[in-house]
Amino acid sequence: MGLQALFFYLFAFVAVASAFMVIASRNPVYSVLFLILTFFNSAGLFLLTGAEFLAMILLVVYVGAVAVLFLFVVMMLDIDFAELRAGALEYAPVGALIGLILAIELVVVVGGSTLSPEIAANASMPIPPVAERTNTAALGDVLYTHYVYFFQIAGLVLLVAMIGAIVLTLRHKPHIKRQDIPTQVARTPETAVEVVKVKPGQGI
Amino acid sequence: MDAFVSTYVWPGLIMVAQSLLLLVALLVFIAYVLLADRKIWAAVQLRRGPNVVGPFGLFQSFADLLKFVFKEPVIPATANKAIFLLAPLVSVTLALATWAVVPLNDGWVIANINVGILYIFAISSLEVYGIIMGGWASNSKYPFLGALRSAAQMVSYEVSIGFVIVTVLLCVGSLNLTDIVNSQRDGLGTMIGLPGSFLDWHWLALFPMFVVFFISALAETNRPPFDLPEAESELVAGFMVEYGSTPYMMFMLGEYAAICLMCALTTILFLGGWLPPVDVWFLNWVPGIIWFVLKASFVFFMFAMVKAFVPRYRYDQLMRLGWKVFLPISLAMVVIVAFVLKLTGWSA
Repeated sequence: MGLQALFFYLFAFVAVASAFMVIASRNPVYSVLFLILTFFNSAGLFLLTGAEFLAMILLVVYVGAVAVLFLFVVMMLDIDFAELRAGALEYAPVGALIGLILAIELVVVVGGSTLSPEIAANASMPIPPVAERTNTAALGDVLYTHYVYFFQIAGLVLLVAMIGAIVLTLRHKPHIKRQDIPTQVARTPETAVEVVKVKPGQGI
Repeated sequence: MDAFVSTYVWPGLIMVAQSLLLLVALLVFIAYVLLADRKIWAAVQLRRGPNVVGPFGLFQSFADLLKFVFKEPVIPATANKAIFLLAPLVSVTLALATWAVVPLNDGWVIANINVGILYIFAISSLEVYGIIMGGWASNSKYPFLGALRSAAQMVSYEVSIGFVIVTVLLCVGSLNLTDIVNSQRDGLGTMIGLPGSFLDWHWLALFPMFVVFFISALAETNRPPFDLPEAESELVAGFMVEYGSTPYMMFMLGEYAAICLMCALTTILFLGGWLPPVDVWFLNWVPGIIWFVLKASFVFFMFAMVKAFVPRYRYDQLMRLGWKVFLPISLAMVVIVAFVLKLTGWSA
């Protein structure tokens, strides 16, 4: 267990330190890079608990896609961040309030399961031991049977959001020439080329 | 103390030794892959390619290595120094880290984890950071444009690669790379009564996905005809403009390690990994690693021929191909494969 504890403290310490740097660093690009480091270490923590599927999905979704877009946007922004930061302290009470609520919730959840461990037995979908069922399969068992409607509805919500984003940004300007690949491919010499015999000195 | 040594120290040392062995073998292989790339490209264009250093130019890559290492690394004055140097490191480390889960033969794998294919997918989706960081930290126009192009390109093609992987996983029923190879022992060929052969591998049963995966792999590794992040006719050299000497070499090494990984992944997912092409005794007697290397080299040969044959795509065509062609095809194939497996009861 010694090695596992060592890795836990390593990942946890780096995760907390880099999460702090996300808000402390002056350059927003550094902030996003530290955010990526935080995600990475959280994935490490997931691995230590045996939730390998969640760890990999965290990397694929958050680090591989979401954070890339963050970085993309932040790098292209041309804003004086020092100016933006000037009034940041005014928001400190709101931030502190949210932090307090989160802390209380954490205490309730962690404290509750520590004080009365029998609560865990009430879970409607007990987690099978890792040796019997890999946690990828175990997640699938629950997600695609018991919660299949919720899963599908979540997918639909995302679809609506995606269509909304496309509708808001898609503009067909009238005077822009666009490439239409099927018409291009369907062109034949008969439709595209006209052979004209031109007599010298006369033109067409 | 004895327990500590036998549980942690010895397995740790063995793992380090295995990793070093794999790393050295991989780097030597990459040196010759680089040479092969140049030689094949030259042969298609009726040139000789590198032929001065060593017999047939066989030591060219090592000469290049020495040249890069002994040059002075120049860091632009306005560059962000830390990120500028971090970018090539990130690129090469991630590209080499994926090899930890690649099985070269039955049981020849450093980390045989349950979610091997997801691990590869996750780490290769991070490789875009090396490019974005390098492009941004250079603090100049062309690298930044190259980095932006690359980010959009790699994120787009990851989607179709993901769906291709899902179709293979549907057929296999496991995310473990060793299981994926072993499941290709029987397939279409054995179903109609033939002995185990190359007809059983996934390339035949999932042929459209094989093609989509191959082309997406080209785009994902920024190989021609999708080498827009470093399109020299438009962007000088893209995100690498400001790089020289060892950092540049590390970018190249990372790129070729990623290309080799994609070749290996194509071999594992579609070409039966280390399985011999026909299940007869004298082919079974050949060690699996040789089949694996032969197949991966064949895939790389196709990569190199595409580089030599096909002109570079325009950027909007690249995006159209990724989002309007590959995404619908692979999404439809996921549904079709799932239905076929369910209705015929072939799923494991």
